[in-house]
Amino acid sequence: MAVRHALLRWTVLVLAVVVWQLVAGAHGSVYFPPPVEIAGHALDLWFSGPARHVFLTEAAVGDILPSLGRMAAGFGIAAVAGIALGVAIGRSRRVYALCDPVLQFARAVPPPALVPVFVVILDFGTPMQIASIVFSAIWPVLINTAEGARDTDPLRIEVAAVLRLTPVERLRFLILPSALPRIFAGLRLSLSLSLILMVFSELLPGTANGIGFTLTDAQSRSDLLTVWSALVLLGALGYLLNTGLLAVEKRLIGKGRTTTV
Amino acid sequence: MLRLDEVGQHYGDHQVLHDITLTVPDGQLLCVVGPSGCGKSTLLRTVAGLLPTYDGTITLDGTPVRGVPDNLAVVFQDYARSLYPWLTVRENVALPLRRRGLPRNERRAEADRILARVGLTDTARRHPWQLSGGMQQRVAIARALVCRPSLLLMDEPFGSLDAQTREDLEDLLLEVHRTDGATIVFVTHDIDESVYLGDRVVVLSPGPAAKIVLDLPVELPDTRDQITTRGLTEFVTLRSEVGRAVRKR
Ligand SMILES: Nc1ncnc2c1ncn2[C@@H]1O[C@H](COP(=O)(O)OP(=O)(O)OP(=O)(O)O)[C@@H](O)[C@H]1O
Ligand SMILES: [Mg+2]
Repeated sequence: MAVRHALLRWTVLVLAVVVWQLVAGAHGSVYFPPPVEIAGHALDLWFSGPARHVFLTEAAVGDILPSLGRMAAGFGIAAVAGIALGVAIGRSRRVYALCDPVLQFARAVPPPALVPVFVVILDFGTPMQIASIVFSAIWPVLINTAEGARDTDPLRIEVAAVLRLTPVERLRFLILPSALPRIFAGLRLSLSLSLILMVFSELLPGTANGIGFTLTDAQSRSDLLTVWSALVLLGALGYLLNTGLLAVEKRLIGKGRTTTV
Repeated sequence: MLRLDEVGQHYGDHQVLHDITLTVPDGQLLCVVGPSGCGKSTLLRTVAGLLPTYDGTITLDGTPVRGVPDNLAVVFQDYARSLYPWLTVRENVALPLRRRGLPRNERRAEADRILARVGLTDTARRHPWQLSGGMQQRVAIARALVCRPSLLLMDEPFGSLDAQTREDLEDLLLEVHRTDGATIVFVTHDIDESVYLGDRVVVLSPGPAAKIVLDLPVELPDTRDQITTRGLTEFVTLRSEVGRAVRKR
């Protein structure tokens, strides 16, 4: 059943690509190049380097890696800070009540709108880009962690009290594991926001490298093949990162959880 | 020794317990019986120090109970939910040993020893939700026993089990009580069970403001047996006496 389901999912994607290929090939439009051409271009551009560089070209090292580095830094800081603050807020009814309006407000602001603020404060460059990612990606994980920590089963808290667990043990054996599904729901949202903000912060003038920069640079040269390649690359990256996160989640909470929550 | 002196408890305006005075000597197995909702769980949670305020005084070995006392273990009424599903059976049982500061391998050995005692040797590496109800209950009992508590509070621990499992666990509890000598407060709504297990049975009146309506020593032979003990004339007499107290309004 699972195999058939996976097969079906990939079939639709493959069909879409084939249709695109046929239509684009028939029309020969410069705006919509066929997928085979895009893939070939992307391969040339980024993955035809020497073997000792794991086949990465200079362009790949110069654009993809800095982007990924900034995204990893931003997402990492957002995840750690979001989980820490989320637990702190979620474990106290009073703090939760005080912070809730602020959190709802912060969550409602469309993340890219924050970028100009950081441009003014930090000027263009990597710190501004990382700050933009952190301040957009932190909210989903923070809010979900706070709600997960708040909803810890009261009976299990009584158990921890009777077992006289220390605060650190409580966190490790009760609050974090019990909030973990919510934490991961938040992390998934944060991850896709990180990717969006990574590209968005690189679209601004004053950036010197990155996938977003490649995009604007190619657009200014009317190099649509590179634009399409960058888009496909972003899609693939987003898919891979999300798959990686799902695998981590499955490893961590696959065991302790079926029907009993 | 556990002493309750004119203990009262309430949730907001709702008075649950009223004027409970009770002394439980060391090593006694006290059964508390009462109709559903009369406040048995509340009584246990108050003694366990889980409800921060109460009226009257509760002392354990002379020290007033403020917060969870040392050397106390509880088997909760909702035992399945009280286990941590993300930990294995062994990790659940070894958890209370952390406060004793034992190294990891000794905690494991101790957990395995107690699991063997409740007949769960083969399940140490599984997760609680992979076990049957009776097995989960034994895990909860193992977790309570692993620290050799001097006071053990049990809240209707055998309530939802089939007759066979229940009798096995009753006999296991009697054996543990004989060998470890802990003081046990055992809450049940089953009159037969209270007489079979207890050295003494206390009956609470229906709430609100439940109080003690019967305090009865159980003078039955110390070694009890599911068939013969339940057939004794004394057993039948005690059982009807407790039954009358429970039904009296
Ligand atoms: N957390 C709570 N907040 C408010 N009222 C409560 C709370 N817990 C219990 N009560 C009330 O207190 C009374 C006694 O409840 P308790 O759980 O102690 O009864 P019980 O004798 O253990 O019942 P049962 O045999 O069904 O387990 C009930 O009327 C119940 O509704
Ligand atoms: Mg109860």
